[in-house]
Amino acid sequence: MNPLDMQTSSIAVTPGTRDDGYNFAYLDERTKRMIRRAILKAVAIPGYQVAFGSREMPLPYGWGTGGIQVTAAVIGPQDVLKVIDQGADDTVNAVNIRRFFQRTTGVAVTERTREATLIQTRHRIPETPLAKHQIIVYQVPQPEPLQRLEPRAFETRRMHGLAEYGLMHVKLYEDIARFGHVATTYDYPVMVNDRYLMAPSPIPKFDNPKMHMNPALQLFGAGREKRIYAIPPFTKVQSLAFDDHPFAVQKWSASCELCGAADSFLDEVVVDDRGGRIHACSDSDYCRERREGSVQP
Amino acid sequence: MNAMTNAFTHRDHPVLRVSGLTKRYGDRIAVEDAAFEVYPGEVLAVVGESGSGKSTLLNCVSAQLKPDAGRVEFLTRHEGMVEIFAMSESQRRFIARTDWGFVHQNAEDGLRMHVSAGANVGERLMALGQRHYGELRREAVDWLSRVEVDATRIDDLPASFSGGMRQRLQIARNLVTRPRLIFMDEPTSGLDVSVQARLLDLLRTLTRGLSLSAIIVTHDLAVARLLAHRMLVMKNGRIVETGLTDQVLDDPQHPYTQLLVSSVLQP
Repeated sequence: MNPLDMQTSSIAVTPGTRDDGYNFAYLDERTKRMIRRAILKAVAIPGYQVAFGSREMPLPYGWGTGGIQVTAAVIGPQDVLKVIDQGADDTVNAVNIRRFFQRTTGVAVTERTREATLIQTRHRIPETPLAKHQIIVYQVPQPEPLQRLEPRAFETRRMHGLAEYGLMHVKLYEDIARFGHVATTYDYPVMVNDRYLMAPSPIPKFDNPKMHMNPALQLFGAGREKRIYAIPPFTKVQSLAFDDHPFAVQKWSASCELCGAADSFLDEVVVDDRGGRIHACSDSDYCRERREGSVQP
Repeated sequence: MNAMTNAFTHRDHPVLRVSGLTKRYGDRIAVEDAAFEVYPGEVLAVVGESGSGKSTLLNCVSAQLKPDAGRVEFLTRHEGMVEIFAMSESQRRFIARTDWGFVHQNAEDGLRMHVSAGANVGERLMALGQRHYGELRREAVDWLSRVEVDATRIDDLPASFSGGMRQRLQIARNLVTRPRLIFMDEPTSGLDVSVQARLLDLLRTLTRGLSLSAIIVTHDLAVARLLAHRMLVMKNGRIVETGLTDQVLDDPQHPYTQLLVSSVLQP
């Protein structure tokens, strides 16, 4: 199905056409209150991982069970929802989650970043800057940035408690020693509000600077690991680095084949069976907006 | 403040004081009523047979195990003698990774085996906030050469090192913050004699050169004779004899020490 068709048909959905067999937003009210309490705590302690009673969702772990629960807890009938997966609105994860919320809440949905009040995302932050009336919900597979270096959970909790984060730099040191530069390109660790080390979920490090002083509320949900954390609006978010190896984002020598953007995160797409490939914006809404001319380059 | 500075620099003031230390595992007594002091630049050996409470004593004194009774006081840089179990956890951990070192019997326990030798040496510095890659690199090369590990091995994993090299790397990793007190649990066991001799020689040079205090747990009297100024002999959780190393080894007083000394084969 053409995603544009779907969007036009779905925007027509009004509150009241939802499936009455389910409670609003699928979860029962007590569960939503429990998740909201966890979110409030997470917002109060930026970057701190709050444990919550993650529920079984009609979706396998790893497909966004954490993000979907956070969205279900904060969504209201007036919200306009956008769901993206790897920057695109028409990928299978995004389509499924969007349809799930259409059916259980009947809210309006959109593909346009500017129109959305609530954005659930997997692996990207939209190129269009977020505004203060917006909430972005990230799907997180692995909330503990230290886990690969220190497998004992009681030890990582103690390290967070005492703000002992030297170990994370050991990882960066290893990258530089081995590859000559920090080779971590996604899920790049950040310090939030000068206190908590945080995994930004597997977004490319290209998106890390967007988290810093962002006017939107950023919520992170990890369903399997049963953790919620948050970055309140206008919070300092710094990517880790060495003084002589400063943090830098990915750069491309190409620009988007479709819209000509030189400032967006590009995917390399194979277009035929002879090895032909093009670079295209990973953020499909941004690319379309530019092609339609609503954004001047 | 002056008194503290004096205490810190004065060689007659102990860097560590242990009194009445007792640790039980259920009904069994592991260490009972241990008391001793360690002075700046002094190497103290703790000897005794397996199960005599040596390792438990070392773990209690280095705050890895909480004793059931007794005091362990350490001479901190700014606050004089402080009871280590009365400190906050963060303060204790800070001291453990700056002023103390811990050399494990198995180097695998003291090293991060999946990161390179250079990162192993630099880890404590990074924990203290060193954020300059070039500096970390220089420091790592310097310490590898001090412990006689070829500096070209800096990017190799410790898994590719021999037993003796791993042990030396572990020592470098501990000494990089210039600790004042180092705990060693059987540092030479499991190494063959020529490698042992080299390691002992290195340890002697380092403790002398840095005027480092050390507590070495060993069952090898030769190690104690070579390295230690003073020694404690333990049996069934009690310290049965203490004294200067030569004095204890050449003129043992307690029957158990006499047995221990006489059971060593003289080549």
